[in-house]
Amino acid sequence: MSLDPAAIRRIARLARIRVDDAQVAQMQGELNGILGWIDQLNEVDVTGVEPLTGGALMAMRMRDDVVTDGAQAEAVLSNAPDRDGPFYAVPKVVE
Amino acid sequence: MMFELSLAEARDALRARKISSRELTTAYVGAIEQLNPEINAYITPTPDQALAQANAADTALASGDQGALTGIPLAIKDLFCTKGVRTTAGSKILGPFIPPYESTVTSNLLRDGAVFLGKANLDEFAMGSSNMTSAYGAVTNPWTRRGDNRPLVPGGSSGGSAAAVAARMALGATATDTGGSIRQPAAFCGIVGIKPTYGRCSRWGVVAFASSLDQAGPVARTVEDCAILLGSMSGFDPKDSTSANQPVPDFAAACKRGVKGLRIGVPREYRMDGMAPEIEALWQQGLAWLKDAGAEIVDVSLPHTKYGLATYYIVAPAEASSNLARYDGVRFGARSDGHDLTELYENTRADGFGAEVKRRIMIGTYVLSAGYYDAYYLRAQKVRALILKDFTDVFRDVDALLTPATPTAAFGQGEKMDDPVTMYLNDVFTVPVNMAGLPGLALPTGLDASGLPLGLQVIGRPFDEETVFAVSAALERAAGFSAVPTLRAGA
Repeated sequence: MSLDPAAIRRIARLARIRVDDAQVAQMQGELNGILGWIDQLNEVDVTGVEPLTGGALMAMRMRDDVVTDGAQAEAVLSNAPDRDGPFYAVPKVVE
Repeated sequence: MMFELSLAEARDALRARKISSRELTTAYVGAIEQLNPEINAYITPTPDQALAQANAADTALASGDQGALTGIPLAIKDLFCTKGVRTTAGSKILGPFIPPYESTVTSNLLRDGAVFLGKANLDEFAMGSSNMTSAYGAVTNPWTRRGDNRPLVPGGSSGGSAAAVAARMALGATATDTGGSIRQPAAFCGIVGIKPTYGRCSRWGVVAFASSLDQAGPVARTVEDCAILLGSMSGFDPKDSTSANQPVPDFAAACKRGVKGLRIGVPREYRMDGMAPEIEALWQQGLAWLKDAGAEIVDVSLPHTKYGLATYYIVAPAEASSNLARYDGVRFGARSDGHDLTELYENTRADGFGAEVKRRIMIGTYVLSAGYYDAYYLRAQKVRALILKDFTDVFRDVDALLTPATPTAAFGQGEKMDDPVTMYLNDVFTVPVNMAGLPGLALPTGLDASGLPLGLQVIGRPFDEETVFAVSAALERAAGFSAVPTLRAGA
């Protein structure tokens, strides 16, 4: 399947990346090239194959539901682009 | 003289008090000052920190209180968070980021007394095979073709780490490998690099790209040096849910084992159409060396090899699109303002990410989106299961596999940039190893016709890095690779 400019804009919107018309045209060519190449996977017979989700055949480890770290507000906020006291600051979202 | 020592030799000289860490570190800091303007292997050199750590190492050595790496100067790929030292991941979006914590791998190295020379350059978010996608400029390969001074790429994504080690701007370096990012640059720069088994090194504090594939490992100038570094970097970490609770064996001891009686598999699908004859010759030579050393060579088949790359370019971007959702301009990193929150996100990510990162986020977002998930992502996960099964089947019969590390030697800066798929083909021999979570090591065993290094890859069973080191050390002894790059300290 081939992506049209509207599809590129929809994906960019989902990915929260601003794109202009020139970028849409360029991405359309590149993404369709990559997806066309990926289509070779349709040759593979995957009937009855269980998908492999993780990096290895290992079971996810459970841990005790306890607090292991915390009370480090200053460290957490130390990289904030904008802050207001102990809060991250963003543009107004409610009128 | 200082630059001729391997990591193991430098460690022994430090312990014998023949040299001090201060002397060794001062030499390497000088090498960085001399060569970094040309090679750009480091984004952020940290000479003051390095010299302070070297002084502390000398105090420890004087009192006999040394660890495995006390006083050894290393480069740290700028993907590992380092407390109080800027960590960029090669991206503009993390330009202002100063981690308030230390990654587990770098904590382990510091625990063992290592000295950190600075943060090494890389492809942006480790996405690339040339180091051309770094927001902090390309890295130049210290090697050049004979009679041709045009700059070559060091490979990627760990291009800064590999170039630093090859040019004697570090004794060793940390690196990471999601689809070949340790092994391909090691091969391009004529050094050794191992991606260990998935789960061997903690991913905690390493900037995430594709979490089911990402794995840290070392690059260094010898197989033994890599073994020493991996021993320090490895170990169970409760903070990484995929960290393996496995004992860490003596990897350096395994280098001395030899290969007598080992069965070495040769996967026929790695003989690609149009592969350079010199790569084929290198491979045959490697097999002959192992046979001479007492190994048995066995032809094997990994039938789904050709689907590895296409599978990777679904799985890795899908995971990347999810991992990179955190860069929103709100909690850390760079921000571009907008009139409302959505515009702030969109502007921040448009300005902060480079073209290759955006391309992969877009692919990943698409293959995970409603209506396409089954056709792309789920199918890729099933093919991934078949790739793993191929390896599981052959490892019933053989102890390790030998393949070429890359389809070509290093290429020129600016080449292979027009079509993303051409660039992706660099990783054809390395990607299946990540898909299956196996250990893989690349080492230099010869030169091509223009004098550039070429590497072989040794692949092992899960958590059997010891056999990988045994086979690789045997190849290293037989190859006697002693060529050095054009650009190097002490030259």
